Amino acid sequence: MAEYRLLTADIGTEGLQTLPVYERRGGYGALRKAVSDLTPEAIVEEVKRSRLRGRGGAGFPTGMKWGFLPKDVFPRYLCVNADESEPGCFKDRYLIDENPHQLVEGVLIAAYALHVEVAFIYVRGEYLDQRLLLERAVEEARAAGYLGKRILGADFDCDIIVHGGAGAYICGEETALIDSLEGLRGQPRLKPPFPAVKGLYGQPTVVNNVETLCNLPHIVMRGGEWFAGLGTESSTGTRLWCCSGHVERPGTYELELGRPIRELLEEHCGGVWKGRQLKAFQPGGGSMQVLLPEHLDLPLDMDAVMKAGSSLGAGAMVFMDETACMVDISSRLVDFYQHESCGKCVPCREGTYFESTLLHRLERGECSLEELGTLTDICDNMNGKCFCPLGDTATWFVLSAYQHFRDEFEAHCEAGGCPVKARQGQVAVGA
Amino acid sequence: MSHAGSTPSAAVLSAEARAHIERLRERYPHPRSAILPSLWAVQDELGFLAPEGMSEVAQLLGVTASEVQAVSTFYSMYLARPAGRHHVLVCINAACALRGADDTAAYLERRLGVPSGGTTADGLFTWQSTIECLGGCGGAPMMQVDHHFHENLTPERIEAILDRVAGQPGPHGAARSAAAAAATLTEQRAPEAEATPPVAPRLRRGPRRRPDAPGAQ
Repeated sequence: MAEYRLLTADIGTEGLQTLPVYERRGGYGALRKAVSDLTPEAIVEEVKRSRLRGRGGAGFPTGMKWGFLPKDVFPRYLCVNADESEPGCFKDRYLIDENPHQLVEGVLIAAYALHVEVAFIYVRGEYLDQRLLLERAVEEARAAGYLGKRILGADFDCDIIVHGGAGAYICGEETALIDSLEGLRGQPRLKPPFPAVKGLYGQPTVVNNVETLCNLPHIVMRGGEWFAGLGTESSTGTRLWCCSGHVERPGTYELELGRPIRELLEEHCGGVWKGRQLKAFQPGGGSMQVLLPEHLDLPLDMDAVMKAGSSLGAGAMVFMDETACMVDISSRLVDFYQHESCGKCVPCREGTYFESTLLHRLERGECSLEELGTLTDICDNMNGKCFCPLGDTATWFVLSAYQHFRDEFEAHCEAGGCPVKARQGQVAVGA
Repeated sequence: MSHAGSTPSAAVLSAEARAHIERLRERYPHPRSAILPSLWAVQDELGFLAPEGMSEVAQLLGVTASEVQAVSTFYSMYLARPAGRHHVLVCINAACALRGADDTAAYLERRLGVPSGGTTADGLFTWQSTIECLGGCGGAPMMQVDHHFHENLTPERIEAILDRVAGQPGPHGAARSAAAAAATLTEQRAPEAEATPPVAPRLRRGPRRRPDAPGAQ
């Protein structure tokens, strides 16, 4: 099957990043329809009917999230989470790079639906070019009357502020994002109160992912019911799949939800690179549990993948062939979480340190079987006991890899180092 | 090293940068929200976050200098010390490693002659391998040079990029060169700043050196 291009339909059109070209492709038609023909409440209903689920990782129903805003408390804020930094994930960067106005239009539709007058787009610091593109798109939209006062003649005022981060994965967690936006160290807040009740500057706040909002112009134009007809019962619409690692054609592919994972790998990515065998893959980015070749026939459906013991997370598929060492991958991911732990809670701050120390000892051949056995204990003391999901997710890949590839972990103890690399006569993975 | 709370004796920021920060202050519902973008303005102009620059931000935004400094140390992209004119970052997280990122990092280390985190003797480049995913996995191995993406790297491509960039001005120091600004500021500060080699904060917070990394003991 070919890609189902909804969010990426116009990508490839020369000059799409500029307003005139975006308008020629029908751009801002959905915003016009929204503010002239639909009430804010009708849009919320339409989004509920679409059964759109958040694309940032947790997969929470967007309409329901919006529904938690208390009535009659103003001002309210909308924060767009463009702090994409999940290992393996690069779809939001692609959406901004290729079609920044689609996001701006989505933000404006959400702002209209939620009675928001100031929306923030929080772009990770490393995405400098993307931030500049968005700033230009916002200015173009402002000059054309799509944002500002009395937008398109309707009783709707809205401004968008593009805000750059400065290098912190944790700011992708919604309450840490809010703290960072307030000019603080980006550490997660205790929930409840949830942002919908008490968020930015203590006001009701909705935090939505870039891809989630890019769906809105299409839902407004074609209706929630039409959208719900795409994908599966529990996972509607399409998603952008970021494919990386050991495949012939890495990149971003938009597929309807429900297609088999095998189709993504074999048709779109051109299969495992160099004709090698698939060993394992991670279906949702660095945080998610490892899956095996036997799982390739699972559908790209959030609930089906969850039943198999992992998650589609932020839509990042990292494929690993027979040359990949699961201890090496685990230690890199754990190093990442250790580096990015905000330090607020002990289980995460210390747990990632213990995990990392153990895995490096294992790689150097200094870890005994007995010490390796403590890995499960370390993870047990983190999972479900951390202040926010960062610490929990720092255990998911490594524990699942340890479970599925226990022999490989233990062989490191016995061989006094990495047997996978020794077998290949190499030091670096993928060389 | 801190001058927290004190008013800077002489402004180190240009009038343009100060005006920019004042505009940022007005842009947000609460001036505190302007701290991060203001710190970018300081780094863009001075090449790193000099305490004097942070004090000026504090003064302009009506918060204390210690609050601004506390924020600055949380984020890995802010530089606490002067660095090279150009910044090269190579991602070595899982997805990039599967495509040979360790070789890319080893190549850069040989080419630039300094280990990750170091600055070349001519002050042109500070380079670093980072465990923080940069969002370029689809084009791995990849690097960022002055925050711009370069993907599908080969030794030839790396050479071409470095050669091109070497002849260009750095992203910092619109009004004056980062090196000149750094020299002025280093004189004003405590002498121990000079004894420490320029190291980006990302390295100081970064993972320990990988045992299998090229050049490791």
